[in-house]
Amino acid sequence: MLKIENLHASVEGKQILKGINLEVKAGEVHAIMGPNGSGKSTLASVLAGREEYEVTEGSVTFLNDDLLELAPEERAHAGIFLAFQYPIEIPGVSTTNFLKTAVNQTREARGLKAFDAVSFLKEMKEKMKLVDIDQALLSRALNEGFSGGEKKRNEIFQMAMLEPKLSILDETDSGLDIDALKIVADGVNKLKGPDNASIVVTHYQRLLDYIVPDFVHVLYKGRIVKSGDKTLALELEEKGYDWIKEEVAAL
Amino acid sequence: MSKDDQILEEFTSKEYEHGWSVDFEADEAPLGINEDIIRFISAKKEEPEWLLEWRLKAFKKWTEMEEPRWPNVKYPEIDYQGVKYYSAPKQDKKPKSLDEVDPELLKTFERLGISLTEQKRLTGIAVDAVIDSVSVATTFKETLSELGIIFCSFSEAVQEHPELIKKYLGSVVPATDNYFAALNSAVFSDGSFCYIPTGVRCPMELSTYFRINAANTGQFERTLIVAEEGSYVSYLEGCTAPMRDENQLHAAVVEIYAAKDAEVKYSTVQNWYPGDKEGKGGIYNFVTKRGICAGDNSKISWTQVETGSAVTWKYPSCILKGDNSQGEFYSVAVTNNYQQADTGTKMIHIGKNTKSRIVSKGISAGKSQNSYRGQVQIMKRAENARNFSQCDSLLMGDKCGAHTFPYIDVENNSAQVEHEATTSKIGEDQIFYCQQRGIDEESAVALIVNGFAKEVMSKLPMEFAVEAQKLLALTLEGSVG
Repeated sequence: MLKIENLHASVEGKQILKGINLEVKAGEVHAIMGPNGSGKSTLASVLAGREEYEVTEGSVTFLNDDLLELAPEERAHAGIFLAFQYPIEIPGVSTTNFLKTAVNQTREARGLKAFDAVSFLKEMKEKMKLVDIDQALLSRALNEGFSGGEKKRNEIFQMAMLEPKLSILDETDSGLDIDALKIVADGVNKLKGPDNASIVVTHYQRLLDYIVPDFVHVLYKGRIVKSGDKTLALELEEKGYDWIKEEVAAL
Repeated sequence: MSKDDQILEEFTSKEYEHGWSVDFEADEAPLGINEDIIRFISAKKEEPEWLLEWRLKAFKKWTEMEEPRWPNVKYPEIDYQGVKYYSAPKQDKKPKSLDEVDPELLKTFERLGISLTEQKRLTGIAVDAVIDSVSVATTFKETLSELGIIFCSFSEAVQEHPELIKKYLGSVVPATDNYFAALNSAVFSDGSFCYIPTGVRCPMELSTYFRINAANTGQFERTLIVAEEGSYVSYLEGCTAPMRDENQLHAAVVEIYAAKDAEVKYSTVQNWYPGDKEGKGGIYNFVTKRGICAGDNSKISWTQVETGSAVTWKYPSCILKGDNSQGEFYSVAVTNNYQQADTGTKMIHIGKNTKSRIVSKGISAGKSQNSYRGQVQIMKRAENARNFSQCDSLLMGDKCGAHTFPYIDVENNSAQVEHEATTSKIGEDQIFYCQQRGIDEESAVALIVNGFAKEVMSKLPMEFAVEAQKLLALTLEGSVG
């Protein structure tokens, strides 16, 4: 589904990603872990198409398309979803209104008919149950005055509505208490299927108790320095990141 | 080139949609202004002597006045002798009904999306259509007259209801109120008149649609709305003009009179030609709008969406004379390219327990300048007066300007006056967030801007709100920052 080869990217002239290789197949969950400043969020942003990040080398193929050639909204239409670490506030625009625009533009781009008001509402009701989100929250201006938990839950709800092929969760666990974390993870698990995949970016192993990864990769200084199964996450939890840093230094 | 600049470039290329003109045979006055021109206009309109005198008095005063220089706008000296003060599409005789109106004229309004054919109007809006200097058609007149409502062109009102015109003309905006009001009083050629009798709730929206067509022509129309005791009316005003390289002058006057317990809602969607992206051409829009809440418990509410004109100078105001009367001003002003807007309101509290509310949303893009200017005045007698003002500015790019000039003048200690102001920039973060969800950039800007202006847009009548939303998006197409 996704193939990243030798990806280099910089922001404001500073090299952050220095040769990432990663392949994600349908049905898989990959966790990307690493210490602060290792490039985790940069990787997520580059995949979503944020313009401040300049790709200097390498390639990314998504469902046989050259992902790097696509505008951010085209990537979304192709099936990439990024759950933001810090979801953005848009005053005066309700989540419902925002999502209706997003879902319908996406549907049209995918050759489907745009939802009318009634079918959109029906669709929304179904997905609300899935993520256990309150109607009142969706009528409020998008993310404005939302608590950390509400923002993240709203992200997962948007993900449910947009039905992506590849979801990238950027530190979705940050700022969440354990109950909120469970609800969010629960939503992600329910959305999991044989045709879609997830990349879970996280600093802590905690989230991985609930979203169980098939693969764990450790990102350090812009490179994936170690890959393994879920036991790697547990090892990191126990030993911290220092031993990885030492291993890299010894090379 | 940064991303901001690129998007900005793309945006400003959008063309003005209503920029065509139609060749009618026109009946025109020669260029320039003097007493003879005023006599010419008055004679054309077969006006009574007193009205001619009124015009001449205004003209005399105007020649002694100076053009105001305090607004935060810059434009070259206007040559008042280079303007045509009267232009009317030639019609063989005055049409008695819509069937007799020149089909070419009806087509012009069809092209603007305004059908004057009554059968086609399902939305229930009565329209008075004004081209250049004259009103060409008014719809639904009969339906309204059954309720005693008078809705007709100003010229017609002068002939048919001289006593009302004589009583109310200039009663809210005196002929010599300010430079542009005096000019209008001297040369105004038409406009709309609306009278709602005691206790009547007008069952449909009344609307005037203004179109400047002829070249070198100024448009000087007057609107007079009188709402008698306990009556209600909602009034809409829309305007467009062709694209022309030279600047055209529009100096209108709107007067609203609200008696005891009466309520008037006045909504404007102003879309005069703003000039091209280099700032060439466009309408100079110098408008005086004022309402008086003369009776107790009366209410006047102004809502405006200002997207057009090269220069806008406009302060719809309320004089809150009656006790417990209320004034409201809701405004969205958008400027792009080289547009300049200096707009706001005045709320004059005279009566006890009077309330006013001001919500102004300014959006600046391109190299435009957008100013809010507002005055809240609480007079001595105005016990327990309340005012709330909120002025928010949204900037797109870093070459435009937003300015706020609030004046507050309180002479009664029991008054409560609140003022809130914010300035923000459309963020790349916001746009990227929308794009990541599959929303293209232009739709993202439209969404964000409409969210910003929501409180004002929600005050517009339904049919207008949809049009206004589209207009906002169109005006800003390509100008993200």
